[in-house]
Amino acid sequence: MRAPILIPRPEGLYCPQGDFFIDPVRPVPRALVTHGHADHARAGHGAVMATAQTLDIMALRYGRDFTQSAQPADGPARIGDVTVSFHPAGHVLGSAQILVEDARTRILVTGDYTRTPNAACAPWEPVACDILVTEATFALPIFRHPDPQDEIARLLASVRAFTERAHLVGVYALGKAQRVIMLLRAAGYDAPIYIHGALAKLCDYHIAQGIALGDLRPATVARGKKGDFAGAIVLGPPSAFAATWAQRFPDPVIAFASGWMMVRARARQRGVELPLIISDHVDWAQLTQTITDLNPAETWITHGREDALLRWCALTQRAATPLRLVGYEDEPE
Amino acid sequence: MIAGFAELLERLAFTPRRGLKLAHLRQYFAATLDPDRGYALAALTGDLDLRRVTPSLLRGLVAERVDPELFALSYDFVGDLAETIALIWPAPAQLANPALSELVAELQQTPKAELPARIIARLDQLPPSQRYAYLKLGTGGLRVGVSARLARQAVADYGGLQLAEVEELWHGLFPPYESLFHWAENGPKPVSAARAPFRPVMLSTPTDLVDLTARDPADFMAEWKWDGIRVQAVSDQGTRRLYSRTGDDISGAFPDLLEALTFDGVIDGELLIRRGDQIAPFNDLQTRLGRKQVSAKMRETHPAALRAYDLLLCDGHDLRAQPLHQRRAALEALIPRLDPARIDLSPLLPLSDWDALAVMRADPPDPVIEGVMIKHRDSPYLAGRIKGHWFKWKRDPMRVDAVLMYAQRGHGKRSGYYSDFTFGVWDAGQLVPVGKAYFGFTDAELKELDRFVRNNTTERFGPVRAVKPEKVVEVAFEGLNRSPRHKSGLAMRFPRIARIRDDKPAQEADQLATLMALLPEA
Repeated sequence: MRAPILIPRPEGLYCPQGDFFIDPVRPVPRALVTHGHADHARAGHGAVMATAQTLDIMALRYGRDFTQSAQPADGPARIGDVTVSFHPAGHVLGSAQILVEDARTRILVTGDYTRTPNAACAPWEPVACDILVTEATFALPIFRHPDPQDEIARLLASVRAFTERAHLVGVYALGKAQRVIMLLRAAGYDAPIYIHGALAKLCDYHIAQGIALGDLRPATVARGKKGDFAGAIVLGPPSAFAATWAQRFPDPVIAFASGWMMVRARARQRGVELPLIISDHVDWAQLTQTITDLNPAETWITHGREDALLRWCALTQRAATPLRLVGYEDEPE
Repeated sequence: MIAGFAELLERLAFTPRRGLKLAHLRQYFAATLDPDRGYALAALTGDLDLRRVTPSLLRGLVAERVDPELFALSYDFVGDLAETIALIWPAPAQLANPALSELVAELQQTPKAELPARIIARLDQLPPSQRYAYLKLGTGGLRVGVSARLARQAVADYGGLQLAEVEELWHGLFPPYESLFHWAENGPKPVSAARAPFRPVMLSTPTDLVDLTARDPADFMAEWKWDGIRVQAVSDQGTRRLYSRTGDDISGAFPDLLEALTFDGVIDGELLIRRGDQIAPFNDLQTRLGRKQVSAKMRETHPAALRAYDLLLCDGHDLRAQPLHQRRAALEALIPRLDPARIDLSPLLPLSDWDALAVMRADPPDPVIEGVMIKHRDSPYLAGRIKGHWFKWKRDPMRVDAVLMYAQRGHGKRSGYYSDFTFGVWDAGQLVPVGKAYFGFTDAELKELDRFVRNNTTERFGPVRAVKPEKVVEVAFEGLNRSPRHKSGLAMRFPRIARIRDDKPAQEADQLATLMALLPEA
């Protein structure tokens, strides 16, 4: 029997026929990267192939010299004995699913993905494949994420109810921040949105890529009075809420935009007063729908809650294998 | 409608602060019609008498809809049965928003055999947050951090009423409390038809020697302040009740004392565990509190007793407007007719001058005394904390110098600050945590402590940080109990940070043995 087209290794998923890794967690000679989140896109690889936007994002985060050779994915490319192509994943700006094919097999590595429309990036595309290598971050039947626009409506209702308080919304710098801003704009909120300094570079990049984030203002400058931010929406990385940075806001309502906010204990643990269920990953319904739609001969599960997905595959008589790749976080910061 | 109730529960569950919880409740009462708001209130105060939906019933229901292995994995992740079912239940084909009253009536009246089918039908028509509210309603125990009293406070605030008035009426009112809400909205005050209602309790204000010196001792009566639970014992034409000072009915936990209420009237006193003449430490009382049923053994080993302070009503006469010395005389006449093993009189202390009283206060004859009460001889019995009539002169708090060990971030106005502190004392060269305090310090001291925590963090556990054992704080507290649940074996009452002891090196903070010596005898 021939070696499989992709095999799990400690560094990440390895393709022997092309001699490359996908989303390696350690420096390797050649890497293909699905998207710019830090646990998937690391610095120090010899060569990196990714979408032009993901390469830009890596350069913003790690500096221009994050690799010796940056190769933008532009249509199908031949690497060794396989052909690779990148297809939108709907997760964050630049995110892609990577299709690797040889004469006999098409294998699709989803990276992180969602099928919920996201105005901050290109929508997920279905890609026919024989083997689906999927994430399973929210692979429990309890995860059915509500319409994100309804969650934004809850945030705006709270802003209207507590005009004297600032609303601090915890968001990750790449993806969630811009997603929440676009959702707010879609809901007709056109007031200035204040952002923590850690979000500025990536927001600027989104604007440069033609995503109209509207009036953004820095929330980092120390201002005169606490009342200055009353009634305002302020976005920042969750880690900043524990820092002295948060002390400048008047009696803040702590909100957090994440798929985990479905579970009360998770929200309470983080001291969240207004949990917003906004996820950039497939939920249970989307995940099982994707497997049903693509109907691959095999499903491999990279990271997340694979036990439940394995069970579902068994119940629906589908072949599934857990890869148990380590190094990917639930939702990276 | 269940939707509004679900939203209220959600808000309350994630709101840490009392003031905001009250605001959410007021908004809900204003926005919700009768009878739904009354049923919501009853759910919060624990006054809804529903057919209990048991966990095993729910497990059986969900097993019919969801693969047991998928359910088990989900339950492991969520950790709460009602929440797991609310989230995992298949999405409803058609949504409904039934009235809370309809759901309550259904849970009250549906025969047991038909209950599972009714619950399934409801789960099939509600979205997740409402399924959660419905299941919490059915299983009891909302766990949203709202006490019965806070809920009553919210009604009082909503209507601009006095909490005392609401509490006095409470036990004569029943869900859905339409007459109460009508009153809150400028209707007439409801008339309570209940026997043995609660009367709002008279409270005292703190005092000290400087304050007392300006007053004439001859105008006052003094007695010990016993460290039990202030209660009101009511016996009304055969109906007997024991109320906490906030009006919660605690009769069920003290049937032995109820048997001894062989009078017709209302006694204000202290609930104690008393074995002969020996009064047990507060801890012993706590083991009996909160129990729905008390075993015969518990009644024998932890006998409840009442130490009487005051007489509010007697044989159909309301004495509350009379001066204290007259009520006291009536009380002294009543007590000899009662079982001395269960009910006795709180003795008066000789009071000729304040200095002599100060000497007695400094060295009370019983460890279960937490100070002295000083009451004006002419004081009527008034609801609430009215200045100038009754004073409490507590023993000075106990103090210990402890070392800061952990800090946790606060909420609301304190978000961004480390404001909840765990501190410890030395035991054989190791620090053992002995308590947690989140008040007592000034704003400036909070800033100083916050800065110290940030600059001296050694480890992080979620929102909690461990800090270098270098900061000494003086902790004041009101008492000490044995506690098997704490590593140190003791638990403090009302600990607070009295000041920061930057003058003191950590090695010179107190030893555990010093605290152990302060424990009441077992």
